[in-house]
Amino acid sequence: MSETINLLLVGTWQTIYMVVVSTLIATIFGVPLGVLLMVTDKDQILHNEPLNKILGTIVNIFRSVPFVILLIVLIPFTRLLVGKAIGTTAAIVPLSVAAIPFMGRLTETALREVDRGVIEAAQSMGASPFQIITKVLIPEALPSIAAGVTITTINLVGYSAMAGVIGGGGLGDLAVRYGYQRFMLDIMLYTVAILVAMVQLIQFAGDVLVKHLSKNR
Amino acid sequence: MIYIRNLTKIYHSASGNVRALEDVNLSIEKGDIFGIIGLSGAGKSTLLRCINMLEKPTSGSIEIDGVEMTRLSPSELKEMRKKIGMIFQHFNLLSSRTVRGNVAFPLEIAGLDKRTIDKKVENLLELVGLSDKADNYPSQLSGGQKQRVGIARALANDPKVLLCDEPTSALDPETTLSILNLLKDINRELGITIVLITHEMNVIKQICNKVAVIEKSRVVEQGPLIEVFKKPQTETARNFLKSVTLSEIPKELKDRIENLSHEHLEGKIIKIAFFGEITTEPVISSIIRKFDVDTNILYGNIDHIQGMPYGTLIVELRGKNGETDAALKYLKDLGLDVEVIENV
Repeated sequence: MSETINLLLVGTWQTIYMVVVSTLIATIFGVPLGVLLMVTDKDQILHNEPLNKILGTIVNIFRSVPFVILLIVLIPFTRLLVGKAIGTTAAIVPLSVAAIPFMGRLTETALREVDRGVIEAAQSMGASPFQIITKVLIPEALPSIAAGVTITTINLVGYSAMAGVIGGGGLGDLAVRYGYQRFMLDIMLYTVAILVAMVQLIQFAGDVLVKHLSKNR
Repeated sequence: MIYIRNLTKIYHSASGNVRALEDVNLSIEKGDIFGIIGLSGAGKSTLLRCINMLEKPTSGSIEIDGVEMTRLSPSELKEMRKKIGMIFQHFNLLSSRTVRGNVAFPLEIAGLDKRTIDKKVENLLELVGLSDKADNYPSQLSGGQKQRVGIARALANDPKVLLCDEPTSALDPETTLSILNLLKDINRELGITIVLITHEMNVIKQICNKVAVIEKSRVVEQGPLIEVFKKPQTETARNFLKSVTLSEIPKELKDRIENLSHEHLEGKIIKIAFFGEITTEPVISSIIRKFDVDTNILYGNIDHIQGMPYGTLIVELRGKNGETDAALKYLKDLGLDVEVIENV
């Protein structure tokens, strides 16, 4: 029994570690990517057709590759970045690479919701594109961006289940190796229960955050 | 102050070119409240946005305070825009900021220090009468209050010009009046030149001293408000004026005049339009005294533009033939615009 608990604790910790770190990285890179996608589009403040097309294409490519394949294809890149290709830390690289374009698109969509008139008002006051991004677009879209981070986090919980392919561990790996391959049904049930609780908790926390950010709006 | 010369704006689109503005020429002097009136799609919104280069003109020139706007570099344009305030039909406030934060916004953009910003914001909120709402969010305000925030924000960097894009079109009549009065005060007390676009003649009548009528991308008429009111040159101008003056006789009155003519009385029904000081002359009583005629006032209204009274009277004149004609001539000689509607 204590062995089972130990397995579950380690698995839970590995999942939390992978999801938290890759969510952070996805947000740090994904939000600016989303900003670039939005502002370089047609009729936007920094319209740049070639850049917009290139970024859009790259994002689409990464989003169309199945995650299991991405895990393997990225092995050389992972080794270059963290010095090893297997393990929990190594799994963070493909998880982040998959989540950045996703977060980028969600941010882009959130920014598009900002009223054009407000952007025009800022322009009429002599705001620079950078000021419009930092003082208008991001603050106005912040609740939607926070909702996007919530969705990305939950998606990463799902992706992290595949981390076992490159020895990343985590709850999903536990369910496959013990629950499925060794027919340990109890471990299977426990891992699923923990994953369900984890997703519920993330969604709840995300909703509270969004509600707080959109207070009085 | 603002000189627009040969301004043309063409939108290129897949379905062809759209001429939004065609050879527009306007002169707006310092201290003017210049109204631009037109129906939707006439090009007034594009014209206003060309003034601060939110829309880039295809050709022509826009000179503000001696500065040629069309030739400014992006950074020069940013500096220039700080001196041109703008308010909007839908207010365009930042929902993420309080009233205070919204008014502080243009000052932050201009790079002022926090102390100066706080002080300016207090003064501006006092000017628009919203000091008690400083910590509220836009969603907690009424339309009129939102526009006041918009005005405070537009005035933050002490502009010389205030551009108003249909500032009262989303407001009820009472709130409209209070916003227009606020704009008038700002013009008078701060000496800010105001350019305002609208589709409502009533707005023009309330505050503008000059007006331009825009139709199908062209300015078809412009001049001092009183001139346009007195002698509109185009059908479009006359149509706009109909909404604020009596150029058509109400139906009930027409029916009554018809009935009168059936009674076979001798006389005339005349319409007198008057403008300015002549209104204060007791014209009606003087024709009764000077001529052997009876008068019966059927309809009358008096209004004011720019503090000058104007109005219309419909009067029935009854008397011996020569006397009514003499009375008519007398009225015309006084400089009144007299029209015989019906020979009874």
